[in-house]
Amino acid sequence: MSQAEQQPFEFGQITIEMVNEQSCLLRFADHIDDTVADAIGLVTLRLRDLDGIIDTIPSYTSLLVTFAIEQYDQVAICQQIQSLLNNLDMADIKSRVSREIVIPVYYAEEVGPDLQEVADHCGMTVEEVIQLHSQTTYRAYAIGFTPGFAFLGNTPEVLHVPRKNTPRLKVPTGSVAIAERQTAVYPGVSPGGWQILGRTPTPLVDWQSDSLALIEVGDNVRFEAISQAEFIAQGGQLDGF
Amino acid sequence: MAFNVIKSGVLTLVQDLGRHGYQHLGVTTGGPMDEFAFRWGNALLSNHANAAQLEITFGMLTLEAQAPTSIAITGADLGATLNNKAILPWQTYAIKKGDVLTFNQPKLGLRAYLAVKGGLQITPVLGSVATVMREALGGLSGKGEKIQKGDILPFVATTEHQQRITPRLAIPNYEQQNIPMVMSYQFTTLSGLDRARLFCNEYAVTAASDRMGYRLSGEAIQGDKKGIISEGIAYGSIQLPNDGQPIVLLRDRQTIGGYPKMGCVTSFGGGLLAQKKPGDMINFQCLSLNQAEQERTRKMTQLSQLR
Repeated sequence: MSQAEQQPFEFGQITIEMVNEQSCLLRFADHIDDTVADAIGLVTLRLRDLDGIIDTIPSYTSLLVTFAIEQYDQVAICQQIQSLLNNLDMADIKSRVSREIVIPVYYAEEVGPDLQEVADHCGMTVEEVIQLHSQTTYRAYAIGFTPGFAFLGNTPEVLHVPRKNTPRLKVPTGSVAIAERQTAVYPGVSPGGWQILGRTPTPLVDWQSDSLALIEVGDNVRFEAISQAEFIAQGGQLDGF
Repeated sequence: MAFNVIKSGVLTLVQDLGRHGYQHLGVTTGGPMDEFAFRWGNALLSNHANAAQLEITFGMLTLEAQAPTSIAITGADLGATLNNKAILPWQTYAIKKGDVLTFNQPKLGLRAYLAVKGGLQITPVLGSVATVMREALGGLSGKGEKIQKGDILPFVATTEHQQRITPRLAIPNYEQQNIPMVMSYQFTTLSGLDRARLFCNEYAVTAASDRMGYRLSGEAIQGDKKGIISEGIAYGSIQLPNDGQPIVLLRDRQTIGGYPKMGCVTSFGGGLLAQKKPGDMINFQCLSLNQAEQERTRKMTQLSQLR
């Protein structure tokens, strides 16, 4: 895509700013790309191992860090993070095992009511939409909206569609959807305005298990088309909208 | 041993200091809307700082004790009574078996805290009992439900009781209109006029305010309307949506968002704000980050000096 993608990430370009008395924001870049995402993923992991770090929120170009105020003041936290950054380089990123997660999806009208509309909008057949969506490997750039809702990008340009004019009040659990250049799976029932293509039988979150959420920021994610029989065999539900 | 819930109240929630360490998965923290009131409840009883309490919003709650214990009431004055006798917040009370504790209606502030000796005995989910209804996490059942009539709130019975009261200087003034904040995030992108609007105007708390965010209404702040790449939302973030009416994001806030933010209210300021009712007026008071740190240190020191 852009030239920026080819250039190595410089940890020296990260800025640290305090946003309140117990949180600071690390800004990595002003544009979104995979190199930036790699760097954010690495720094997030390292920071979470640090004593006195309460929470991290990685996003597209930034990382919010909440720390124990009993342990750090603004000067101490900035020094601590800066010294961590000074000891990182791109080789650390390469050595990090990038997870690939494969999510089975039953693409069909009965669970993907926007398939035809998307196909019409993109000037393709439904089969072509399915093929294109499941051929691409996506990157989890951010998690939010609801717990475990991962914003995956980028969809192929020909698949870019706007959100629905009127969001649905109820999108069923496991719905796989697209909007603009992103795709996502709804981890639970929620309102939602994205275009729904199908449904996965795989639970995205399970707070009772050790894995908690299937997708973390930085993961690579791929979708794999399955039949209705496989969907049901894997525990998929056909409940309506 | 337990309290029986005779009347559930408008919005009564089990809370601790919050669900920390899961925001990278999109899980919000929850926790007490008025953090220092909550902290005083546990301090007065010499509980662990994170011991589970009830956050009682507005009132209309009645509990009956099945066993003796010692309680502390802090935060708002909701016209509480113990066996029909009026009692005041910010102190401890001995409870006998059969005692009836009622929170009626707000006299000052909006949210009261009820701490019990040793803390409510509830199983945590993701390390916390904090109730977040939107995420269906925490609380008595673990599924994010508010307290209902007939619920049983377990505690460890004790006849041990120490009469304690919060020092007057440490009790916040809930009539204070100034809400302390620090400038951060996209504050520097505001025009001079917008900055003046933020600090020189009063804003009204609207009815669309809840544990997620306090929506304010007043002179609109223009901003540049461009939106930003979604980023992490810190506690107290003052978000600027397209209509220019600020939203202060509090304990149940979403973890990331793409609206610009003008700064953050401090943890103490957020507690003051959370005691405001729809129609109450506030204004933002600008602190330096140093001042915000000092404010917090002072509040924590007051807690540790309790004897």
